[in-house]
Amino acid sequence: MDALIRFTGTVLPLPARDINNDVVVPGRFLKMIDRDDARLRLALFHDWRFFEDGRPRPEFPMNRPEHQGATILLTGANFGCGSGREKAPWALLASGFRAVISTSFAEIFRSNALNNGLLPVTVAARAARALLAAVTKEPGLEVTIDLPAQEVRWRGGRASFPIDSFSKRCLVRGWDPLDYLLWHAGAISRFERTR
Amino acid sequence: MRDDDPERRSAAPMTRRRFCEAVGVGAAALALPGCGGRARTLYDKIWDAHRVLEEPGYPAVLYVDLHLLQDNTSSPAFHGLRRRGLSVRRPERTIATIDHTLSTTDPARPHPDPTTRAIIEAMRANSRGAGIRLFDIDSGQQGISHVIAPELGLTQPGMTIVCADSHTSTHGAFGALAFGIGTTDVERVLATQCLLASRSKRLEARIDGALPAGCTAKDVILALLAKLGIDGAVGHVIEYRGSAVRALSMEGRMTLCNMTIEAGARAGLVAPDDTTFEYLASREHAPRGRAFDEAVVRWRALATDDGAAFDTAVHLDASALEPMVTWGTDPGTAVPITARVPDPAARPGAGERASARRALAYMDLRPGEPLLGRRVDVVFLGSCTNARLTDLRLAAALLRGRRIQVKRMLVVPGSQQVKRACEAEGLHRVFLDAGCEWRAPGCSMCMALNGDEVAPGQYCVSTSNRNFEGRQGPGARTFLASPLTAAASALTGALEDPRRWTR
Repeated sequence: MDALIRFTGTVLPLPARDINNDVVVPGRFLKMIDRDDARLRLALFHDWRFFEDGRPRPEFPMNRPEHQGATILLTGANFGCGSGREKAPWALLASGFRAVISTSFAEIFRSNALNNGLLPVTVAARAARALLAAVTKEPGLEVTIDLPAQEVRWRGGRASFPIDSFSKRCLVRGWDPLDYLLWHAGAISRFERTR
Repeated sequence: MRDDDPERRSAAPMTRRRFCEAVGVGAAALALPGCGGRARTLYDKIWDAHRVLEEPGYPAVLYVDLHLLQDNTSSPAFHGLRRRGLSVRRPERTIATIDHTLSTTDPARPHPDPTTRAIIEAMRANSRGAGIRLFDIDSGQQGISHVIAPELGLTQPGMTIVCADSHTSTHGAFGALAFGIGTTDVERVLATQCLLASRSKRLEARIDGALPAGCTAKDVILALLAKLGIDGAVGHVIEYRGSAVRALSMEGRMTLCNMTIEAGARAGLVAPDDTTFEYLASREHAPRGRAFDEAVVRWRALATDDGAAFDTAVHLDASALEPMVTWGTDPGTAVPITARVPDPAARPGAGERASARRALAYMDLRPGEPLLGRRVDVVFLGSCTNARLTDLRLAAALLRGRRIQVKRMLVVPGSQQVKRACEAEGLHRVFLDAGCEWRAPGCSMCMALNGDEVAPGQYCVSTSNRNFEGRQGPGARTFLASPLTAAASALTGALEDPRRWTR
């Protein structure tokens, strides 16, 4: 996993709440033997992005010229609910996103995102509204996400976000949590012998 | 998800302290986890018994007793293991099944879709290579992971169980801590038999009263989801308590726990009792003889102690329930089937109003119109929520000697065992005579991965767990309901109150 420290990018606003993982990656795109980025890029928000005949829906934010190249998704509460498919964060990463800002996340999505280096940024409702207003007014607005400082900054605003210290260390240093588990193999063996 | 919520850190010690003060236990007892004087919930007991270690500033290392693998999420995890040169630590604690992508018309024939074929072959090769037992279609025990592990007696009280499938919460019906994980976590569990996890808050869902005729566990959970909302239990493990829960069969409890994830909860639990032990007594992988009696003593002790504190509580009066059906595009939108489509303008927040308007547009429903009598094209009886013998019996009782009025009704038993049991009772004849399709076991039309799907714009009454946009196929419109409501609607060709057929 690449280290993720601080970066600046533009925002794709998708303010609906409760966007579930069947919307993020519809079921029919799930079948893959290994992670397939080309398929995942096509799958992301597919049925909201395209008409049934495959033409892009012009009003969908991802299809708007002013939001091309966005690396931060700004969305409504309870993002990633429902299915625990890890293809949801994979599809966001494959499409260039590095962080998702919301007021809350579903648990499995949040865990899957952290495991893949996609940063779930939980901000207060007031900050989310302010950022949405700023991005609506100026779609190319540059937003900085500073993980060590646990802060989102943009011209005219800032918001702090929480993250547990272990996830933060893993992301900043590019650590894989599996190494932590493997390092404790001895303790796991001792535990197994007590059962 | 609320690891950093300061209330979370303080909630458990504070409630424990309050309890200890109340019963006169000194502060010393507080410092010793598991020591006398500390009343613990079922969840606390399982958590404590599986915590390998927990260092300050790190999540807990939690031991996994049973790891279930399914075809749709496993393959990349094995690729990950191979890339790192790791092997499966405990193949005997891992079982595999093929459920998501399998054809339910002719599962033995190679699937026409090459990717599906490759996924199924990968599941076989990965299981064989790692020495993991695969319940393949020729085993006589294949089926949906959350149906077969309980019916084989693999799911037992007090266990920790994980699977890369959010409906792993089903196994909580046995008093096992069971939850869904992602593919990266599958790789970690394969390699170490452990997970990194943080303790959840505890939510008590107390459900009292006798269920009225025409209502089932499915109506209970749909009503509870309507009350909690689809993020109402995020950060929590729910323990279902109360007389209505005690009165449910194991199959009903599985339905209840299955949809726990739809409230955003980490897991759902029911304390094991005589109903649980009776269910387990004759199962293939359950302990036998004296070992079983000893296990029952341990299992009984798992129940939440008197005075143990929950962080949150919710109550539901089961006796006031009606058959429930969803009108929207999330499982929290259930209303009594006699109700009218609600007005989005009446919802509390702007976000909720926007979601409701979007849902009504997708469902092509208008506020104020009655749900009863609404056209239904397809009925799906199946899924890890409602594809067990009791579910199929309930539906068959209504369908017996009658003909369905919908375009199609799929009946997909949850496992080969369920299928054989139905056929031994002649239920398959009831379904076939009524005009239903009698299929081979799998997830089928719940998520439409295997080719069983609802056509765009069609309405489906489904006994599954999710009515999300496109879940049952692009443009498919789903009404979630119980097997009884599904069968009654099939007979009417429209949304129908099952009480009109059961009285």
